[in-house]
Amino acid sequence: MEWIAPGIVLSAAPYGESGAVIHVLTEQHGAWRGLARGGQGRRQTPLWQPGNLVSLRWVARLADQLGTLTGEPVHASAAFVLAAPDALSMLASCCAVADGALPEREAHKPVFDGLLSLVTRLSLAPDRASDCRADLLRWERDLLAELGFGLDLSACAVTGASDDLVYVSPRSGRAVSRAGAGEWAGRLLTLPEALLDDTIAHISDPDWRDGLRLTGHFLDRDVFGNRHRPLPAARIRLADRAALSA
Amino acid sequence: MTEIERLIALLSRLPGLGPRSARRAALALLSEPQQRLLPLAAALGDAARAVRACTTCGNLDTSDPCRICTDPSRDRSLVCVVEGVGDLWALERAAVHRGVYQVLGGVLSALSGTGPEDLNIAPLLARIEAGGVREVILALGATVDGATTAHFLADRLATLDEAPLVSRVGQGVPMGGALDALDDGTLAAALMARRA
Repeated sequence: MEWIAPGIVLSAAPYGESGAVIHVLTEQHGAWRGLARGGQGRRQTPLWQPGNLVSLRWVARLADQLGTLTGEPVHASAAFVLAAPDALSMLASCCAVADGALPEREAHKPVFDGLLSLVTRLSLAPDRASDCRADLLRWERDLLAELGFGLDLSACAVTGASDDLVYVSPRSGRAVSRAGAGEWAGRLLTLPEALLDDTIAHISDPDWRDGLRLTGHFLDRDVFGNRHRPLPAARIRLADRAALSA
Repeated sequence: MTEIERLIALLSRLPGLGPRSARRAALALLSEPQQRLLPLAAALGDAARAVRACTTCGNLDTSDPCRICTDPSRDRSLVCVVEGVGDLWALERAAVHRGVYQVLGGVLSALSGTGPEDLNIAPLLARIEAGGVREVILALGATVDGATTAHFLADRLATLDEAPLVSRVGQGVPMGGALDALDDGTLAAALMARRA
């Protein structure tokens, strides 16, 4: 068994003295693990950094084996963001969320395309990471939908109205309008406009904080909670950074 | 399990040794017990009894505080933060840092679940709050986890009342390194860190 495809490195776990089990995301094969011999070594450590775009080759005798993964660098995204704390925390968060959320060996093209776009943009302009905030929120929203936990932001769950949607119910994941929220507004999650309108490119600090709180709640409860895992630490740190800056 | 098998099994767990090389090492030790085996056993016993982690910096030494922390010629206003004792030893071997150290004992890692509470950050903060620290050098790895830890520490140190200067080790072309032999990430870091 063998395939060759471009992919994004999600994580690298030490295996033995010098090997590493690499988790990658590819367009055709989805999230996939493979053993990289010498993956912890001096030559390969820079290659297997989360966010890097790599040309991958996976080989195994049988399809259900772990197999061996080798790679050639295509774009060293991680190296470009190391000095930029905001870009680094966003890249680390995306990769950690994809690493823990996606089922193995199941293609999710929208998730791959979104992550590819995010890591590329973050690495090409690490000092303008705030330009990618709205796209990161929408990527998390789309990830929830891909995994079967999509938010229903089409109309108010209370009144049925489709305008002035400013909240989301933390229980049902359905949008709620300002009029429909009434005295329950304090218990609802604030819905940033960027999650309703995909053409919005820039969002404010409070919207960034609220958006991360909204998607983080459903990722935590529906995706990671169902697997009895906490939200990744990198995602929690990103939300903490956003809360501090808001 | 015989004594020989137990010796081989224990040796084979050491870094760089597998069952075959452990067998060879055991045979070499057992063939000359007076010259090799007994001195090694004594040295292992002595090290196990005497070596401990320095409560000030986290270095391994036979005294607590360690020899670096008690050395009067060291500049205590300059603290170099490293991931592990191996990094401290590497810097000492190069003899390029005349200040003191703080060993974190790891870096923040989403994969292994290492959080700030698992690292030796509190002793560093206590040392800075006690006063006299002019600069903190973050000598952490050029990896996503290393850089995340460095940013976390820089943010944390900036909140202190008497915040010290925070600097980081440079990244880029190694001594004797040819550009065409470098990986893309190192080249990118070197170019971004260029100076006039």
